[in-house]
Amino acid sequence: MARALLVALVLLTCGTLYLFIAKIWWMPALASTSGAAIDREFSATLLILGTVFVVAQIGLGFFVWKYRRSNTATYSTGHRGAEYAWTAITAIIFVAMSLAGERTWAELRGAHSPLEQEVQVEVTGTQFAWYFRYPGLDGKFGKTIPATVDASLGSAAAIGLDTNDPAAKDDVVTAALVVPADREVRLHLHAQDVIHSFFVPELRLKQDVVPGLNVEAHFQATRLGEYEIVCAELCGLGHYRMHGTLRVVSEDDFSKWLRQQEGAAR
Amino acid sequence: MTDSSRTDRGTTSGILGRIFSRDHKVIGLQYFFLSLAAALVGVALSALMRFHLVWPDASLPFFGAIKPEQYLSLLTMHGTLMIFFVLTTAPQGAFGNYCLPLQIGAREMAFPRLNMLSFWFTVLAFLVLLSAFVVSGGAPISGWTHYPPLSAVASAGPGQGMGMDLWIASIGLFCFASVLGSINFIVTVLDRRAPGMTMMRLPLTVWAWFITAILSLLAFTVLHAAIVLLFMDRHAGTSFFIPEGVVVNGSVLQHSGGSPLLWQHLFWFFGHPEVYIAILPGMGLTSHLLSTFARKPVFGYRAMVYAMMAIGALGFMVWGHHMFVSGMNPFAAFAFSVLTMVIGVPSAIKTFNWLGTLWRGSIRLTVPMMFAIGFVSVFVTGGLSGPILAQPALDTYLHDTYFVVAHFHLIMGVAAVIAIFAATYFWFPKMFGRHMNSTLGYAHFWFTFVGAYAVFLPMHFLGMAGHPRRYSQLTEVHYLQPLLPLQRFITWAALVTIAGQVIFLFNLFWSIWRGRTAEPNPWEATTLEWSQGQDSPVMRGPYEFNVPGAKAEFLMQQEE
Repeated sequence: MARALLVALVLLTCGTLYLFIAKIWWMPALASTSGAAIDREFSATLLILGTVFVVAQIGLGFFVWKYRRSNTATYSTGHRGAEYAWTAITAIIFVAMSLAGERTWAELRGAHSPLEQEVQVEVTGTQFAWYFRYPGLDGKFGKTIPATVDASLGSAAAIGLDTNDPAAKDDVVTAALVVPADREVRLHLHAQDVIHSFFVPELRLKQDVVPGLNVEAHFQATRLGEYEIVCAELCGLGHYRMHGTLRVVSEDDFSKWLRQQEGAAR
Repeated sequence: MTDSSRTDRGTTSGILGRIFSRDHKVIGLQYFFLSLAAALVGVALSALMRFHLVWPDASLPFFGAIKPEQYLSLLTMHGTLMIFFVLTTAPQGAFGNYCLPLQIGAREMAFPRLNMLSFWFTVLAFLVLLSAFVVSGGAPISGWTHYPPLSAVASAGPGQGMGMDLWIASIGLFCFASVLGSINFIVTVLDRRAPGMTMMRLPLTVWAWFITAILSLLAFTVLHAAIVLLFMDRHAGTSFFIPEGVVVNGSVLQHSGGSPLLWQHLFWFFGHPEVYIAILPGMGLTSHLLSTFARKPVFGYRAMVYAMMAIGALGFMVWGHHMFVSGMNPFAAFAFSVLTMVIGVPSAIKTFNWLGTLWRGSIRLTVPMMFAIGFVSVFVTGGLSGPILAQPALDTYLHDTYFVVAHFHLIMGVAAVIAIFAATYFWFPKMFGRHMNSTLGYAHFWFTFVGAYAVFLPMHFLGMAGHPRRYSQLTEVHYLQPLLPLQRFITWAALVTIAGQVIFLFNLFWSIWRGRTAEPNPWEATTLEWSQGQDSPVMRGPYEFNVPGAKAEFLMQQEE
């Protein structure tokens, strides 16, 4: 039985290692600038923790086999020096990993390009759809009135856009998020009813969308293409089908698209 | 206080006396069978969930096709049953109640009547929870974490009306029972130890139950407060968790000023210590079993005690790591992240000391020992994904994906359940005077150990591929389609693993009546529950095996 346990633990370790190295199932190809730091941090963390995993599992299997019943037990209540040593070593490793990780976090949350260069988009999450609003030429988001929300009357009514507010006149509300590549996009996230979470795996971006809070998130897309936006926070019976589309287009196509939308809105 | 001396075995005359017993052993067994019932329901729900997830259109006998909202009800009830009625109840309520007084040489728990009350409140909580299945709208769909506004507004989904109220009532009762129970445990350990049983001579199981009881006392009171606030938001027109201008199902709610994040802070202030409430008894037991069956003292007994204390204390300072992407101030994430990583230190200390206990031992691979070794393996695997999720930048990607499902199922679910199995095989001779069949025991171990890894290891990769959790089916999102074969594999693995548990059930009930009769100290253990000399004082620490120059291979704690 000792040998069986050793074999099982070795197989477990090798199998897990294989899956992490072969990357049969893995993160989708990166499509944002800030995601690169996340991917690097993930690789570094996996390397450290993977080493610990291998040593601990193989060590456990080896000890079970090596000190099986035929071995004579040696009395020992512990070793103070060993306790100090592994406490200090693990403390240094974990705290260092944590502090290194904080830099990535600070970059994700802190980076801010000049406001006028950013594309501003308001995101509204509702059971079970995403709506996106662009402020139009005036650069201002018009008012919304919760009492007028009616999804059956189109995207603008779905977020309760106040048609009497001058700032709202040129607002564009769409069902797809269209952004230019290589430019900072700032999302202003709102939830109408319950908590949702805006998640685009390729951007490595996830942010909860909370009623009553104006939460911001930002990203810069690097690859043209179409990506899925899914909801990552349980929001009700249609949670699994709450998804939208992100289209990353060239700067020119973006301007063309936006002008077209503004024309349609008017 | 006079109660315990007067009625050692409770007033056990008559059938009512036996049901409403104040005897800690009877109550321990009652908790055991209650959590077994809860586990059977919880496992059945997970089988239905796994089935619907990969064959959403298939029809089941008796159930028909499962609808997405029913999937979410199953998910909510699975989580609630497993976390409260299995992982909290079995390690502490069942084995703690049965063994703690025996291991410290007390005749009874400090408050036997309170003990009985606490058990029956738990039964009531269980029945109220199950009744949510049969009311109109069915069981709640907002997951066991019940984030408002989804949980605060009846119109937010099916099950959020009566079903949700029943959930609140059930957990209210459960919190009350847990607080009573924890007070009882704390007082018993502090006040009822036999002469000579100093704190540093306590078996590590007792230390674990003691620290767990302190965590329970502090955590469940906060949860209780939180669900009262939630109830008020639902029925008394308050706005603790609901802000202004929320539009649900086309109508504007008449609330203003509340914060959905307040619930998350309160909930996780309970929720994170709860993880340790579930797993600390397993840690204590693993130390106990590794020492007993390696025939060596626990390596670093004091370090183990301090590590458990550190885990318990730090456990109250890390709740924000559940909220990195919640919209919480990003500066708060810094503190929560560092503190969470620091918990890795006492956890690593425990692992090193477990390996140190095996080192140069003479390991008897009994069935409980197999499970204890399995615990160490699963604890390492499940634990190591912790420092990944503790980094806010990485959690940004992995939060609310299957990676998290894999993490907490391994570290909290599987590890704790493996410890419960270990405890069952180990203390069965004490509880029923018979042995469980060991051939069936080994078969059950392999089914469980291999099965659990087959189910939960692949989930890490689902999470890395960006698969959000709590999706009732994969059909609507394109990038999930390539993951369907892996999800199907997991479902098959789960069904096989569940089938393997039939071996355990058969072995359990067969052995109660037909098992091989057990000797008084079948494992040659040293602690008081296996001792014959009831009233002699405690002479030494709990893990004296192969002491150089001693007259026997092991020295009972009470032996001269």
